[in-house]
Amino acid sequence: MKAASPSSYDEMFTADGAVRPAYRGYSEWYEQQPADLLRRKGTEAEAFFRRTGITFNVYGNEDAEERLIPFDMVPRIITAQQWRRLSRGIEQRVRALNAFLHDLYHRQEIVRSGRLPARLLEKNPAFLPQMVGFTPPGGVYTHIVGIDLVRTGEDEFMVLEDNARTPSGVSYMLENRETMMAMFPELFTRVRVREVSDYPRRLARSLAACLPPAAKGHQPVVAVLTPGIYNSAYFEHAFLADQMGAELVEGSDLRIENGRIAMRTTQGYQPIDVLYRRVDDDYLDPLTFNPDSMLGVSGIMDVYRAGGITIANAPGTGIADDKAIYSFMPEIVEFYTGEKPILPNVPTWRCSEPDALKYVLEHLSELVVKEVHGSGGYGMLIGPTSSKKEIAAFAAKLAARPHNYIAQPTLSLSTVPILSRAGLTPRHVDLRPFVLVSPAGIDITPGGLTRVALKKGSLVVNSSQGGGTKDSWVLDD
Amino acid sequence: MLGRSANGIFWLFRNLERAENTARLVEAGFRMALTRDARDASDEWRSVIVTLGLRGLYEAKFGADYVGTNVINFILRDKDNPGNVLTMCEMARTNARMVRAGITREVWESVNDSWLKMRELLARPVTETRLGDVLDTIRRQSTQVRGAMEGTMLRNEIYNFARIGSFIERADNTARILDVKYYVLLPSISYVGSSLDNVQWENVLRSLAGERAYRWLNAGRMEARGIAEFLILDSRFPRSLAFCYGKLKSNLEHLAREYGNETEAHAILSEVDCDLHHTTIDAIFEQGLHEYIAQFINRNTRLANQIQYDYRFID
Repeated sequence: MKAASPSSYDEMFTADGAVRPAYRGYSEWYEQQPADLLRRKGTEAEAFFRRTGITFNVYGNEDAEERLIPFDMVPRIITAQQWRRLSRGIEQRVRALNAFLHDLYHRQEIVRSGRLPARLLEKNPAFLPQMVGFTPPGGVYTHIVGIDLVRTGEDEFMVLEDNARTPSGVSYMLENRETMMAMFPELFTRVRVREVSDYPRRLARSLAACLPPAAKGHQPVVAVLTPGIYNSAYFEHAFLADQMGAELVEGSDLRIENGRIAMRTTQGYQPIDVLYRRVDDDYLDPLTFNPDSMLGVSGIMDVYRAGGITIANAPGTGIADDKAIYSFMPEIVEFYTGEKPILPNVPTWRCSEPDALKYVLEHLSELVVKEVHGSGGYGMLIGPTSSKKEIAAFAAKLAARPHNYIAQPTLSLSTVPILSRAGLTPRHVDLRPFVLVSPAGIDITPGGLTRVALKKGSLVVNSSQGGGTKDSWVLDD
Repeated sequence: MLGRSANGIFWLFRNLERAENTARLVEAGFRMALTRDARDASDEWRSVIVTLGLRGLYEAKFGADYVGTNVINFILRDKDNPGNVLTMCEMARTNARMVRAGITREVWESVNDSWLKMRELLARPVTETRLGDVLDTIRRQSTQVRGAMEGTMLRNEIYNFARIGSFIERADNTARILDVKYYVLLPSISYVGSSLDNVQWENVLRSLAGERAYRWLNAGRMEARGIAEFLILDSRFPRSLAFCYGKLKSNLEHLAREYGNETEAHAILSEVDCDLHHTTIDAIFEQGLHEYIAQFINRNTRLANQIQYDYRFID
């Protein structure tokens, strides 16, 4: 086995090559496996994913076939103790996010108190005036949240991003575990790993706990709204609907009947109580938002505001994961919970501030610069790996619209080994735990989705940019 | 269930059934062509193309020249033929993706697996040497999907819409094969007993996978009227019109029970089913075999349309 490169923290090996406690059980097992077995299993896993159709489509590439997200067979392991701290931090942050959203769409105390500049809300397309003064059923804004964490040291976890709109990836978390258990059952008898498989049941329960006033006393009717089979995350939409026993609907299946959103079934239109939508705000209601949208339902916002349906996540939650807002998260957490944040932010320069912009422009080659409203690794600059020409071009864009960007230092992300031809080789990772919110409380699935940059030295873990995934383990005490 | 899902599952199974029946038809044509001289072989291939309703498209590309490998590839994989088998498999898979939340993992995997295999097998032109293997795979894949469905799907509305799709398509395909070959089965004094006739008749049976069953039931006697009776009225034979309608009846009854009401489709079904039960082969020949079949195809299409309407497949 190889030790990790000394520059970044490796989660499996110490700098002198010793196995860290979290990986002891796994490492003992690994050492006993014949060298070619694991490689053969890798091929098996790929065939398995192809057959089960766990694929995604890539945006901006019309002819692209469905692609597999590469799966690496070395698990990412977190100890029970580390997880306890992480989950406390995540819970605190998610609680603050929901309180923040409620406040933004009501009295805006945080703006009045001077902790958040009002300009961040003005003209921000993620802030929906239609939500002002309205409280979603159960008071829950973000039923499903994904908190992206990065790690730089033994106890140094930071929040890179909050995903409060429609976070995806949970199906990979579940399928990765299924795959690992199918391929290496004996491994799971040696190392006690906490279950993730009941996520869909917990999701269904969370959604059913936020019924709209119009719902009758019968069994709640939950449906998943998908843009359709050509959406990059369609597999996940179908997977979750299937696992929850919910209908998977498209905009064309829905219409308004008697003040409810109803779906066209073989026996006529049936009202839906809770709509888990995987369609962006913009496309949700052509009457209210993008008039060209074919993906949503005309008039759903009126039905929603009149208590005819619950929409999860609530429209307008995007304001909370706006990257300009992100830089205020430490203040936001403190304002609503009265506590210091357990999980820190990654240091962030707001390019809208002249001093920060000046610094960023002078240090572009060291920084990661992101679009405020972008996602998925598109439209960003990674200074250290960019050419002079790319940096100059980006500097021009940045100077023209500084308020559109934030910048962060290039973090030395932690590594976890992947299985390569040369054996175990370190690659950078992040972690997206999935969080469910209901009036009954906050429920965090132990683990989450670990994304891994498969190219040596690369820090970009997005699947759209060639990243892979790993099974993520939280050890049982 | 959603009307759109019912539509998806209905077409998933129609597409699979059609792919399988097309493979059988090509196989029977190939066998005939092998035993003929070039001109008769070419006639045989033309008859296969006509049965599939592809004559116009085929002749637009190749003219009236019916060469085996052209015909085979045109039916199986040619992009100029929008109903080629590869496209059918792809459509079946798209339908399955659309209704992914309504089918079991095993059904989905077998449909997906079929498509992956067909895509690989049909990536390059099919030679006569490879044909057997390709047709065999199509049939085997179809059997695998059916098996996964039988073994894992809940017997609810979804299952019944799947079965309805299969049997509507199968009845249609059997009827179309009969319609193109009806002249072979017409009792004609000059041809009766000639060896050509026997081979032609056997070919009709073979395209419908019925040669063994027919021989077993009739102790090897080949007789036109008996074959037509077997393919139309014998409810023991799984590709006969009577069998398909028996199944459609029980599937539609199941829906009526589950939903608590019958629809217009039930009325059409009863009419056709009743007719298949009470008519005789003599009456059919008296009316005219071709006329009888044409009427059947017509009513079968009406039934399919009515089902799509009654169960809100589309808005």
